[in-house]
Amino acid sequence: MTRTPILELRGIDKSFGAVQVLHDVALSAYAGEVTALVGDNGAGKSTLVKCIGGIHPIDAGDYLFEGRPVQVHSPRDAAELGVEIVYQDLALCDNLDIVQNMFLGREKRRGAFLDDSTMEEMAAATLKGLSVRTVKSLRQKVSSLSGGQRQTVAIAKAVLWNSKLVILDEPTAALGVAQTAQVLELVRRLADNGLAVVLISHNMNDVFAVSDRIAALYLGRMAAQVTTSDVTHAQVVELITSGRSGDLGLTTTANGAAA
Amino acid sequence: MNSAIAPQKPDKPNRPLAPGDGAPAGTTVRDVCRTYVERLRGGELGSLPAVGGLVVLCVFFAVLRPVFLSNLNFANLLTQSAGSIAIAMGLVFVLLLGEIDLSAGYASGVCAAVLAILLTNHGWPWYAATAAAMLTGAAIGLLLGTLVAKVGIPSFVVTLAAFLGFQGIVLILLKEGTNVSIKDPTILAIANDNLSPVLGWALLAVCVVAVVALQLRRSSDRRKRGLPGIPSSVLAARIGAIVVLGGTAVYLLNQERSRNVLVGSLKGVPIVVPVIAALLLLGTLTLQRTGFGLHVYAVGGSPEAARRAGINVAFIRISAFVICSCLAAVGGIIAASRGNSVDPNTGGSNVLLLAVGSAVIGGTSLFGGRGRVVDAVLGGLVVAVIQNGMGLMGYSSGVKYAVTGSVLLVAAGVDALSRRRSVQR
Repeated sequence: MTRTPILELRGIDKSFGAVQVLHDVALSAYAGEVTALVGDNGAGKSTLVKCIGGIHPIDAGDYLFEGRPVQVHSPRDAAELGVEIVYQDLALCDNLDIVQNMFLGREKRRGAFLDDSTMEEMAAATLKGLSVRTVKSLRQKVSSLSGGQRQTVAIAKAVLWNSKLVILDEPTAALGVAQTAQVLELVRRLADNGLAVVLISHNMNDVFAVSDRIAALYLGRMAAQVTTSDVTHAQVVELITSGRSGDLGLTTTANGAAA
Repeated sequence: MNSAIAPQKPDKPNRPLAPGDGAPAGTTVRDVCRTYVERLRGGELGSLPAVGGLVVLCVFFAVLRPVFLSNLNFANLLTQSAGSIAIAMGLVFVLLLGEIDLSAGYASGVCAAVLAILLTNHGWPWYAATAAAMLTGAAIGLLLGTLVAKVGIPSFVVTLAAFLGFQGIVLILLKEGTNVSIKDPTILAIANDNLSPVLGWALLAVCVVAVVALQLRRSSDRRKRGLPGIPSSVLAARIGAIVVLGGTAVYLLNQERSRNVLVGSLKGVPIVVPVIAALLLLGTLTLQRTGFGLHVYAVGGSPEAARRAGINVAFIRISAFVICSCLAAVGGIIAASRGNSVDPNTGGSNVLLLAVGSAVIGGTSLFGGRGRVVDAVLGGLVVAVIQNGMGLMGYSSGVKYAVTGSVLLVAAGVDALSRRRSVQR
């Protein structure tokens, strides 16, 4: 592959005190593709995402964005690069409406006052660009939305800012069948619009439904990064549970050291 | 946080979202009514209980004691409630964050004592003494807010301690309970004088023009951009209501209400009314139209979401306490003016509870994230009507307190139930 990945991580180490959570992790995410990040509980997925998002500083390793080495020390740095993370608990304010949530902390102002009309226009345009047709008014409060609609708002919030990389942490975990399909469709559309998408998921069906590549973490190490069409369900499950599958995955010497 | 595990509900077949083409949602009177009913059923009662209660109470007392409707009593009602309404307006900001300020009553007492001592004992001019009282309020709010937001002590404990502490400070300032009388004519005028009838009409006209201009500019801007807006008929009805209510109030207050015209004429809008109206306008603009106000709601709704959005949560918390204590200072100045003096009971006894009651009865949630400045005014009027009406009927203070307490309990119950209802959705 000759294309430059939007995000490229090389040799990332991260420890919390005496516990090393990430060992020499590499990860690439390309524009227009969905990269699924899979791994068992405690494999280090959330930590890796928080390192990308600037919440945890990395101890060692290279963080390359669009081929340039960058330093990301805070969520603000990450946002400036164009990295947006949609966390599992969504971080929406129930008592605010959809537009207010999408612009929270980055409101458009006209003089001393908020420029509601411009924000509503931009929000409507963003949702239209994502072909979202499930919300009836942009001025309804988030507390009145269903789980799928909330997820949609959280994702729309992330793409509003001309972001280049969107990371979704278990976006379908709490959703029913129909809503999961809706959200996955939205995830696919993000990539088709040219964004790099990293999707964290436990659900193999979701992973195989939308992803172009799969990155499997095992006990803080990157077991393998593979193209989705090259592997089977069983192989990915094996990578998640034992770190290797046939000639894929970690070698035995590297395996087993992690806590 | 319940968002991720909200109960599943099949998405209703909704109209596609299409601003600009066809008829966007919320543009007809029927749409507006339907949205309003939906909001009510969803547990967002807004000011409906307060307005309903106000009407019922007024009819009730008017039937039993016709003197309740007299012009004199109407003016009294407004001046009686003004001090606690000002304090309640400040409490709305703190309550919106899900915090409480139990010391607001005595904070108003401290500020009133500062005002009285500087005016009477040190001979300061009224503007300097007023500024000093307001600065005292700001300093109190800064202290309380810092203890809550930076040190992390629960606001209940901080302000309970301050409640006792300020009570002590008032006693110390007033030398163990002497009564400092106020002679400054400007300060005395606030709660005791009236605008001239012409000035009353002029101020009402300015208010109406300002509100109409703001509303029209907003709705024409939205229409130009093809965004769903409020239909003109609803807008006209709203403005008409303001004109009719304001006009009636000014007309009634401009009538002669002196019992004996030979002793002195008494007519015009009490000066506290435009003071409260200005605070209401300022507070409402701040909360509904500025980024700061939006952030107050955000912190009250979900501090974690606000923090992740890059909002300085500690700053918002401290600011809310500063605003609360400053408005408590305004309440203290009004109380000092009304009482013609300051004593250790200024801002004490039931002042705080009536103010908290006003905010909650008006529809501000004790759980944070929901409430408006106008709630303080509506709730304050309900409380004042109860106190005033029951006084006219000859009930003792004991009965008045018990009834006011019950109304507060009912309002808090409505708040808790409507919150549960909106969480269940």
